[in-house]
Amino acid sequence: MADDAVEQGPLAGETAAGFPLPSQIADVPGAEGWRDMYQYFTRFQPADDQRFWFYNSMHFPEPVPAFDTITSEVPYQAIGANTARLFVFPTTLGIEHRIVNGRVYITANPVLDPAEIERRAAEFGPRAAHYFEHWDELYEGWKDRLRALIADVEAIEVPQLPEWEDAEAVFSARGVAQNHYLREGFQKCVTLYSTMWHHHTEMLMLGYGAYVVFFQFCTQAFPEISDQTVARMVAGIDVIMYRPDDELRRLARLAVELGLDEEFTEGRRAAVVLAALAERGEAGARWLAEFEKARDPWFNVSTGDGFYHHHLSWNDDLTVPFTALPGYVAAVKAGTLKDRPTRHLQAERERIATGYRDLLASEEEKAAFDQMLGLCRLVFPFVEDHKFYCEHQFTTLFFRKVKEFGALLARQGVLAEADDIFHLHHTEVDLALADVMLAWAAGSPPLGGTRFPAIVAERKRMLAVLKDWSPPPALGPVPEALNDPAVRMLWGVTQERIEQWLHPSADEMRGVAASPGVVEGIARVLHDVNEIGQLREGEVLVCPVTAPSWAPVFAKIKAAVSDIGGAMSHAAIVAREYGMPAVVGTGDATKRIRTGDKIRVDGDRGTVRILA
Amino acid sequence: MADADSIVLPLARAPGAAAAGGKGASLGELVRAGIPVPPGFVVTTDAFAAAMAGNDPGGELRAGIEASDAADLPGLARAAARTRDAIIAGPLPARTAAAIRDAYASLRDAPVAVRSSATMEDSAAASFAGLQDTYLGIQGTEAVLDAVRRCWASLYNDESVAYRRRLGLPEGALSMAVVVQLMVAPRSAGVMFTRSPVSGDRSVVAIEGTWGLGSALVAGDVTPDSFVISKITGEITARRVSAKAVTHQLRAVRVVAPPGDGAAAGVAVADTPAELRERACLSDGEIRALAAVARRVEGHYGSPQDIEWAVLDGDAPEAERVVLLQSRPETVWAARDAAASGPLAAPKARPADHVLSLFAKPQPR
Repeated sequence: MADDAVEQGPLAGETAAGFPLPSQIADVPGAEGWRDMYQYFTRFQPADDQRFWFYNSMHFPEPVPAFDTITSEVPYQAIGANTARLFVFPTTLGIEHRIVNGRVYITANPVLDPAEIERRAAEFGPRAAHYFEHWDELYEGWKDRLRALIADVEAIEVPQLPEWEDAEAVFSARGVAQNHYLREGFQKCVTLYSTMWHHHTEMLMLGYGAYVVFFQFCTQAFPEISDQTVARMVAGIDVIMYRPDDELRRLARLAVELGLDEEFTEGRRAAVVLAALAERGEAGARWLAEFEKARDPWFNVSTGDGFYHHHLSWNDDLTVPFTALPGYVAAVKAGTLKDRPTRHLQAERERIATGYRDLLASEEEKAAFDQMLGLCRLVFPFVEDHKFYCEHQFTTLFFRKVKEFGALLARQGVLAEADDIFHLHHTEVDLALADVMLAWAAGSPPLGGTRFPAIVAERKRMLAVLKDWSPPPALGPVPEALNDPAVRMLWGVTQERIEQWLHPSADEMRGVAASPGVVEGIARVLHDVNEIGQLREGEVLVCPVTAPSWAPVFAKIKAAVSDIGGAMSHAAIVAREYGMPAVVGTGDATKRIRTGDKIRVDGDRGTVRILA
Repeated sequence: MADADSIVLPLARAPGAAAAGGKGASLGELVRAGIPVPPGFVVTTDAFAAAMAGNDPGGELRAGIEASDAADLPGLARAAARTRDAIIAGPLPARTAAAIRDAYASLRDAPVAVRSSATMEDSAAASFAGLQDTYLGIQGTEAVLDAVRRCWASLYNDESVAYRRRLGLPEGALSMAVVVQLMVAPRSAGVMFTRSPVSGDRSVVAIEGTWGLGSALVAGDVTPDSFVISKITGEITARRVSAKAVTHQLRAVRVVAPPGDGAAAGVAVADTPAELRERACLSDGEIRALAAVARRVEGHYGSPQDIEWAVLDGDAPEAERVVLLQSRPETVWAARDAAASGPLAAPKARPADHVLSLFAKPQPR
């Protein structure tokens, strides 16, 4: 892919007027060839200098490998289609993305013309109303469709390309040889991934819309209400994203019950523990059987958010669950392992909602509040649970299947190892597969072996270089309007946040006050949940973003800080559950704080300060 | 003639504003509602009437004020001064003096705050009240008696008189009560509102405070610390700690200072010790205890309140160290609410219609 489009200039830095322009971003030295990894339609264009972009570090906290661009290309294609074309949201079109130096920047396209908004509103009304009115029923159907998709992606067979076909292929007059299924299978993977993302956004944007309505009313009626308090009135109690962590607690209890607790000691690797349990007779067998039951589906939880192939699931890498288990086992023995206090949480949720409702000035406002809150609580099970089906279960299986194609390419000599497939764009994988189809048919080795290994090696080298780049939080002029519900709710990009990006404070980081309380403690900066083993009891976790698979981490820490996230982000929800202070969406805490720093986390005000 | 029982009443038995003044009536109501308030008593308007019957028997002094031209400030000032002098110099009726002596004896000769408690009920009462005197740290029977007379006299200070003449208010019906209340020497003190003075938010208690007496804050001698706490979740959502350069401390006086620096006489102004200056004047527990009392008071009156508070020193639990010095209805946001056009939102035919209408217009930034 040739270098075109973007004119190069020195990085001007953030000027008084705003953020650097896309055209002012210089290539990272040593990785000037980064464009080779990404498709032409992800490049910044000269006209993009006129628009506001922000770095989507929530989903893309590190440089994106070539194959993993599918996790921006496909979701944005689906989200935009949902808001702009399917439901015809009056005030917003879709989200556009660009990649520079390996980082994904996004912008939402607002609709500002009142006449156009009115024209779109006429279409939006009945469409949105249909979903809201049939929400539960549609959500049930949605779950069935997702389960079918998950079964479909799991069922894709990667052809093994034997020396010759089974005779049965002839006797049954199949007529089609296995190399044909190579392309079909891979393309089915990509197609199902796209289907999944369309369903992902199908109900989500409306769900966000319902939340934004309630949120805006609350902040109008109670101008000083915190984001987290609004979230607490809405948040679900029995959320399936808690289930993987609940399963670990169950397994810890079972281990103690069966007298297997001494097998779970800090620092012992998963394979060693599993082998030891296999030697423990009937008790060991029982535990292992329960363990296998828990794994499917609950361990298909990504250690990231499903946006990188290397954010492996618990099933693909058992480090996280087996790092957490010894602590849980010890807590069971000490009698301190508690289940989530669901009844207490339920009561709190009602107490807070009733408290605010009672303060409203009129019966009319109370009735409107009831409607808005009711709608939020109707949609929230979907908003909270969809991730497990989509980003976790489906995506885990998707990446695993793609890796099987990688293994085939490695066996055919096109790649050095299976994981290298993730350094090729999916269209390049198509090419490599076409090569293999031809070669197998012709009886000669594929030519890809002379082409792709060098490309993969160079891309790996560039990604390592790009990892050290500090991307500006935003680019271009400050926007006129922030109309997109997802941008506001999910990414927490508000006018206030933009101001903070423009005027960073030297020793204090500002973020979203996600969970109340103030503590001081020693920071532990983790870039990946697989580093969880480094964490010591009572430290303050500082991380780019947390996903549900991080839940076990929270049992050990006394506060959490993340680069990215809003009041509804995972770190915020879990921190509130554990009653520990959290500040999320700080932008760059993982860069400014070092492990061992003493920091103060103020979850009331949303600030983090480095003390020493 | 007033009977002895209506001249001086303990706060717990303080009558309504017509007899006890706004401050006295409100403190009485707080005591009866079980809110912690320093002990004290009210010198009622009956006492004022009895004293004026001796000081201005034919009402000529007051008629002289009423006859003055509002534009003739020097003339008004002369008429006002004559009235004040008569009140301060005039002997107290024996029954009044005895009743105050008895009541003060029950406070065991401790320093007290002697505060004017106005009865005017027109809408300007709040701003008007600021013109009347308060004497802090007064100790000893004679000083208390003197301070009571000076409070009465402050009804005739130049600004008040000029104000009444501008509005053409009658002088004859005018009266004043005085509150005498045990002076606390708090660790910190200040004001709080049961809705945000900044945003009008009714779900928070906004607290301002400083070390020592609240007079430092009221007088504008320090930038106070400020805290905002949610009534519903108990979260402290805002916390601004200022450099509080000076501290007002109680300095008991046995002679009431002449007008001019009267209010400052019972107060010593000192540099705040360096280690306290930038430290929050309230702990989180104290903030919560204040908010809890504020909610009780608001619940009692059924409307947002503007409250003066003090937190005492000591090892007792926070809730036992909070006392209130005053509570009155919040007026600024109440007036805005009254002028507002209608509810923020009304129920719609279908809940989903809220979403539809949100997206049918451009979003605010």
